[in-house]
Amino acid sequence: MKGSKMLFEALLREGVDTVFGIPGGAIINVYDELCNYENKIRFYLFRHEQGATHAADGYARVTGKPGVVIVTSGPGATNTVTGIATAYMDSVPLVVITGQVPTSMIGTDAFQEVDVTGITMPITKHNHLVTSIEELPYSIKEAFFVATTGRPGPVVLDFPKDIQTAEGEFDYPEKIEILGYKPTVKGHPRQIKRAMELLKNSKKPLVIVGGGVNISGAMDLVNQFLDKFGIPAVSTLMGRGVNPSNEKLYYGGIGMHGTYYGNYAVANADLIIALGVRFSDRIIGNPKTFAKNAKIVHVDIDPAEIGKNVRADVPIVGDVKNVVSEFLKYDFKTDFSEWIEELQEVKRRFPLKYEKGGKFIKPQYIVEKVDEVFPDDTIVVADVGQNQMWVAQYYKFKYQRSFVCSGGLGTMGYALPAGIGAKIGVPDKEVVVFAGDGGFQMNIQELMTVRRYDIPLKIIVMDNRALGMVRQWQQLFFNCRYSATILADNPDFAKIAEAIGIRAMKIEKPEEVDRAIEELARSKGPMLIHALIDPAEVVLPMVPPGGDVGSPLVEAPYDENLVERILSFEKSRGE
Amino acid sequence: MANAVREHLVSMLVHNKPGVMRKVANLFARRGFNISSITVGDSEVPGLARLIIMVKGDERIIEQIEKQAYKLVEVVKVTPIDPIPENRVEREMALVKVKFGDQKQELFQLVEIFRGKIVDVSKEGAIIEITGSRSKVEAFIRLLSENQIVEIARTGIVAMNRWNVVEKEGF
Repeated sequence: MKGSKMLFEALLREGVDTVFGIPGGAIINVYDELCNYENKIRFYLFRHEQGATHAADGYARVTGKPGVVIVTSGPGATNTVTGIATAYMDSVPLVVITGQVPTSMIGTDAFQEVDVTGITMPITKHNHLVTSIEELPYSIKEAFFVATTGRPGPVVLDFPKDIQTAEGEFDYPEKIEILGYKPTVKGHPRQIKRAMELLKNSKKPLVIVGGGVNISGAMDLVNQFLDKFGIPAVSTLMGRGVNPSNEKLYYGGIGMHGTYYGNYAVANADLIIALGVRFSDRIIGNPKTFAKNAKIVHVDIDPAEIGKNVRADVPIVGDVKNVVSEFLKYDFKTDFSEWIEELQEVKRRFPLKYEKGGKFIKPQYIVEKVDEVFPDDTIVVADVGQNQMWVAQYYKFKYQRSFVCSGGLGTMGYALPAGIGAKIGVPDKEVVVFAGDGGFQMNIQELMTVRRYDIPLKIIVMDNRALGMVRQWQQLFFNCRYSATILADNPDFAKIAEAIGIRAMKIEKPEEVDRAIEELARSKGPMLIHALIDPAEVVLPMVPPGGDVGSPLVEAPYDENLVERILSFEKSRGE
Repeated sequence: MANAVREHLVSMLVHNKPGVMRKVANLFARRGFNISSITVGDSEVPGLARLIIMVKGDERIIEQIEKQAYKLVEVVKVTPIDPIPENRVEREMALVKVKFGDQKQELFQLVEIFRGKIVDVSKEGAIIEITGSRSKVEAFIRLLSENQIVEIARTGIVAMNRWNVVEKEGF
């Protein structure tokens, strides 16, 4: 059997039915073989390899299955780098197959040759350059096995052209074991017992729900755990979807743009049970003052996360699902009503809020309206920056794997292609993409992919004519010097969408929002809304970088001069 | 003294595949760990190589090194080498090419004291082989005058725990 045929036979055995990519010279044999698998594998052509990689990532995040990307060597491979790094930071299983020049030419600076395994080493869980046809079946198996077990992550398989055409024996291993690779799934019973004893003696416990809970598929168990013991919870950006039946037990997001009361809970808890959390700098702010009154129980499948950024009093290495189901076997009475009353009081005093009224559309209102109009199980994909934070703050996620965004790497341009991948992964659910004007332009070419496959994606571009999050930092920390952040010359995104053949609508008045969102929900095909929003709106509360999470900024002055500047520019353009 | 910075020796069993040294070295560099010595060679298990790495850092760093190293699929086992010199055997070898100048006799005495070997000799100078702990090798080199030394080549450190040391399992 030829190497390129082996690849597809292996994909079928791994249960892969969807592949994303772009062809090229060093992968042409694989794409030729694809013609023989058209009935078994759906292939989606993208307009840029970064788009294909983000799409595979979005697909993987909503389905839990590995996303598969096939691209060519050299620039095809380097274009996937941002997508791979995005997936690596958020622990998303990808298998990226890159064409490579023939083995005899490796190292000669051949046309479209690049050292892919060298380049992707620090951003992959594992990578491998296939050097013979004999090792190909095992190498593919290993790629899927490593990508999807333990803490998931991207794996790159570099596939030279001469091995694609070489003939060999296809002996695909059903199961493999790698010496020294054995992720710990079961938490240590003694540590679990210690954690439960701390809970029994705690007065102010708090559960932090992280991305690991979504990856593990443990959200229902976590909700049960909260309800059973009456423990309040907060979530990280990647841990959205917490939904205990007692709603007094959930206090929203934490960290830089978390709720005031969520961060208050972290700062005042005496016990933190962190589930699948890596305690990023965006969550902990100042590591010296973070949760200084609390004992920390840290549950994670990756031992390297424990003790990396914060101390752990009780480390539990294991799969969150396994560990939480062990927690649930414990039975004892708890009463944290005083603590919950304290949190409710803080929530009443410092609610999440924004100024309503005024002549501009408020982005927070768009998010609330989408939450109201779209079905409960809608998948929401956000880009990076202010739009992402408004979605994270104002959308009430009810299910696991329902919020998709680039959390760790913060990749602008992620949302549109990831949204396409998500919709391909769960065609029966609504998928709404939120993007800012800056990020949207970074992968705007994938509107063509939406059109090509007529993917019924719902896209909202919240246009504040700025690289908004950076502009917000400049306003707050750099004396309103808006260096290189004003995009008052943005194009009309609705017209761009229409030119491609996608239905679109442009809105700029607050009273237009309701009708537009309702229209968006009704639309059977893809649709884009270009919303001109308040150009001076900021994301609040905000814990300044490295600051104490217990004392975030809750107010910021509204910059009238900025509004004036943008409006007068637009007026001069219009004339 | 958990936060005291010192040199740590780690022994690592890895799959003997192309690029594995680069992966380990890259991982350490990326996490900001400073490698002061790295050696590689075949191990007692066919197909597996043993790396001996010396890094500088505090206790927290050394714990992270072990955990991060295990994240590499190629890494099979990480064993810290006991920091107490009596509990381990540690060797490094250096070849030193020296000019005699007018200090030929002193040089021969020095080689004798350090139990070194003269492995090559000519009219102008010699090549000396010196083996021992890193500190011994360094002491020898320090005692040579700068204008005597023509070239130095060192193997880096190999080390293992003594029989009586109970090795702690990795994480």
